[in-house]
Amino acid sequence: MTCLLEVEALTLRFGGITALDQVSFQIAPGRIAALIGPNGAGKTSLFNCITGFYRPTAGVICLHEESGPRELQLMAQTEIAAVARLARSFQNIRLFGAMTCLENLLVAQYRRRAPGALPSLLGLRRARAAEAAAIARGRELLARFELLAFADQEARTLPYGAQRRLEIARALATDPILLCLDEPAAGLNERESAELAERLERLREEGLTLLLIEHDMGLVMRIADQVIVLDVGRKIADGPPAQIRADPRVIAAYLGDEAA
Amino acid sequence: MKTALRDAGLSALIAFILALPLAGLVTTPDESLQLRLVFHPWPVAAITVGAFLLRLLWLRRPRFTLPKVRGLGSWALVPVALLPLVSGGRGLDVGLLVLTYLMLATGLNIVVGLAGLLDLGYVAFYAVGAYTTALLTTEAGFGFWSALPLAGLLAAFAGLLLGIPVLRLRGDYLAIVTLGFGEIVRVVLINWQSLTNGADGISGIPYPRLFGLDFSRAGRASVFRLFHLPYDRLDRQVWFYLLALALTLLANLVVARLRRSPLGRAWEALREDEIAARALGLEPTRLKLAAFTTGAFFAGLAGAFFAARQGFVSPESFTFMESALVLAIVVMGGAGRQLGVIWAAVVMIGGFELVRGFAEYRMLIFGLALVAIAVARPGGLIAARLPSVRLNPLRRGA
Repeated sequence: MTCLLEVEALTLRFGGITALDQVSFQIAPGRIAALIGPNGAGKTSLFNCITGFYRPTAGVICLHEESGPRELQLMAQTEIAAVARLARSFQNIRLFGAMTCLENLLVAQYRRRAPGALPSLLGLRRARAAEAAAIARGRELLARFELLAFADQEARTLPYGAQRRLEIARALATDPILLCLDEPAAGLNERESAELAERLERLREEGLTLLLIEHDMGLVMRIADQVIVLDVGRKIADGPPAQIRADPRVIAAYLGDEAA
Repeated sequence: MKTALRDAGLSALIAFILALPLAGLVTTPDESLQLRLVFHPWPVAAITVGAFLLRLLWLRRPRFTLPKVRGLGSWALVPVALLPLVSGGRGLDVGLLVLTYLMLATGLNIVVGLAGLLDLGYVAFYAVGAYTTALLTTEAGFGFWSALPLAGLLAAFAGLLLGIPVLRLRGDYLAIVTLGFGEIVRVVLINWQSLTNGADGISGIPYPRLFGLDFSRAGRASVFRLFHLPYDRLDRQVWFYLLALALTLLANLVVARLRRSPLGRAWEALREDEIAARALGLEPTRLKLAAFTTGAFFAGLAGAFFAARQGFVSPESFTFMESALVLAIVVMGGAGRQLGVIWAAVVMIGGFELVRGFAEYRMLIFGLALVAIAVARPGGLIAARLPSVRLNPLRRGA
């Protein structure tokens, strides 16, 4: 199988605590991979390693692009976002609250399009064209995530569900090749959750690769192509949803209570 | 009414407790020059009753809201800007002072208002600008107008130098380090005798000239002689005021444009949530450095204004109080909002000068004004942030 993201023997220690222990897995391009596990299993730590917010103690995180492989653990966090083009959302929503929805999306395009301070200060044509392109892209994303009505409203005044959508839209505004979402369905009602599933599936159809942390098993089983299960920092299972559901170790560690 | 009475009674009690030692007890020497504590009941009673009544009035005040007129804030500035021109030498002097502080606040607004970096040592860059101007004009034969950009650039360079090590710090730590830096610059100015003439300062800084012409009564390059104009002592001030006004307007225009540019939005994003900004690939250190350097540049220009207006600089003018004052202007104006900052500068600096007569009470009035604004407009004079761009433009008059 060709793979986009390859994590090899990833280990993360905080002093004496081992948050991640020799975790390895691969994600194929154009797939939705879900990362599940009980609280404290190390899911968010793994996310933070992949997106560069933590530097792993050992191991390799390799992004296989057409231009060749890139070892993410050697790159600065901002370069992982801007050059390797990994986008992420946060478990607790982190929007730029005082800024409008459109502005949130424009900020996300800063590294891709910003023309530099002097051209925009002088209002050069290049700067105006870049701004127009950024606004056009922002509008497209707002329309796609049903946020057009909120376009000029401060992000912090949005209803919760809209804030969740805006965070995904903002991550997409960076034109990522891998989108990492940390509990995108948390706090959503059933209808919103179903809409989210549809949106993520549509992104997959367009060729984007997704990695999610998710507690909503219904959502995971419905849309994921691959499920990776972590428990106390170790990977205990990895495979298609049907196989995971039947895995006795997973049932013991995670689904235990529900299955019983 | 009952709760209001109880609340006012509580305020009176607190006022009484505070007033008792502060206003009630006075040490007075008696005949044998021994210090004795004398109790004065009247001030205490006055303060207690005053607190009670004020609190009661405040709680029972009628509720009303001021009518809003769009654009009033900016148009009302025009007569304010012209006022010094008709009010003679003293007015021009105050006008220049207001412009100097406005320039400072414009720069600090980038750092504090947009990028959200609490800089308590901003006065350091002001000092660098002022001393650069002073030294270049008195020692190196520069004119004011050629020294002005250099003052800005050197201050910006100082901002860069300080920024590189300290901008990795966050919040309170950054505030403490910049506070220290402000003091270091002042102490260096005092002690670097050979360059800065120490505590005595540098005097004889020439007044700005008009394209190489001066404003002397009968000099070779005198404006009056050349253009056969009647001599007016005030003309050089008018000229300086107008140019300073133009430069300050330009600075405000630059900052307004910056705010609406991608860079300005990146600064604001950083202020709102640094982690989220990093996740989008924004580089906090570089962006903060840009904000710090740009802010310092404007402080340098303000320093040049200051030096030329006073004709004299000394370390005394660059104490922490100045940083605090400029910060107060920015915060009172509503951090990030340029119009609010302009009004705050006009009111606080212009107002300050108006009450100079009651020198002893200036700080008291200043404090009361700060408290009043904090209570009435917690977000600053003009708190609402305007979006840098709109998808659906507002219809005019809407």
